[in-house]
Amino acid sequence: MSAAPILSAFRQALGEAWAGGAGALLPVGFFAGAAVLVPLGIGTDPGTLRAIGPGILWVSLALSSLVTLERIFQADAEDGSLDLWLQTGAPAAGIAAAKTFAHWLTAGLPLALLSPLLLLMFQAQVGSELFHNMMLYAVGGLAFYFWGGVGAALAATVRRGGLLISLIALPLYVPTAIFGALAMGDGPSSAAAPLFLAASTLFALAVAPFAMGAALRLAAD
Amino acid sequence: MSASALLSAADIGMIRGERVLFRDISLTLAPGQAIILRGANGAGKTTLLRILAGLTRAETGTVARAAPHHWVAHRDGLKPHETPREHLTLWARAWGQSRDEVPRLLDEMGLRRPADVPAKHLSAGQRRRTALGRLRLEHRPVWLLDEPLTALDSDGRTLLLDMIATHRARGGAVIAAIHGDAGFDFDMQVDI
Repeated sequence: MSAAPILSAFRQALGEAWAGGAGALLPVGFFAGAAVLVPLGIGTDPGTLRAIGPGILWVSLALSSLVTLERIFQADAEDGSLDLWLQTGAPAAGIAAAKTFAHWLTAGLPLALLSPLLLLMFQAQVGSELFHNMMLYAVGGLAFYFWGGVGAALAATVRRGGLLISLIALPLYVPTAIFGALAMGDGPSSAAAPLFLAASTLFALAVAPFAMGAALRLAAD
Repeated sequence: MSASALLSAADIGMIRGERVLFRDISLTLAPGQAIILRGANGAGKTTLLRILAGLTRAETGTVARAAPHHWVAHRDGLKPHETPREHLTLWARAWGQSRDEVPRLLDEMGLRRPADVPAKHLSAGQRRRTALGRLRLEHRPVWLLDEPLTALDSDGRTLLLDMIATHRARGGAVIAAIHGDAGFDFDMQVDI
């Protein structure tokens, strides 16, 4: 088996994201908007903002990931390229993983990169903590996109499948959100939480592609 | 399946909802052969082709594939922003083929002028020519074509019929769903 189809699927998904123009910035706008609006609703007490900021960003990150998930496979199903990818001889799981990873790079990673700025708006202290938290958002976001990809694959042939994707993906987001929030807290389990977060992401990377591959085969059937 | 057959199907049947789409369809595709599928709109020609391609599971029967195939369907597989050059380059890479052949292929498919025009600005015929160009990126013995003549002008039709004749002369074989006569030279017709 050659890796060429998987690399090509990755390359095409990257190109597609940039070709979408401003659409690629939609999750960033949603993420920043949600994070900016919350402080307006709860007041300006620095202590409160500092306490809830990381958690608000986890929720915003999870919801922002849902904004563009529909795009990962639906366009392929509509224009016929899904049929072509499924006949390359490469595992459908590999094609799905490549496309989802490319989608995370273009839509998910920018959210993590934006997180230090948003945390500063929540009165976080300037320091290495911001970088540490950015890494946690990046790792957790990757899990969100892979679990969300399962929903996107199942909804590939469903028009306006956003609701279906949310219903499938949000329960799968729970462990990542819990470990992510714990990892940024001060509780007794905070030290081990980053490891659990990494483990839950590795689990998503290992399992979700096979679920996506099976769902894509089902969608083509 | 006979030793020389590239693809064979036995007793294929399909049900959609309550409706029997077709049943007991058997065929054997040998090197150099062309089989056409005929039937009214909605009779199940595309579904049968998808079953032969392994994209859809048949309700009954079996399909044996002894050789790799190319697939060109109604939907051309082009992204709106993708140019013919980018599309053929992408699939050349995906199939592990050299990209050096793409410029020559664009010329042969009559796509020199629109080679760098995004698919959303191409005519249906130009998009179809681009999709058909995939057939020449890599030699695969079996071509499965769903309404391949759709949207093609007379030059395009001649080009495709020549491609099929050359392919068959090299030992390749074709199964195509086709409406009307269209000048298609075939060995066997399957009515659905």
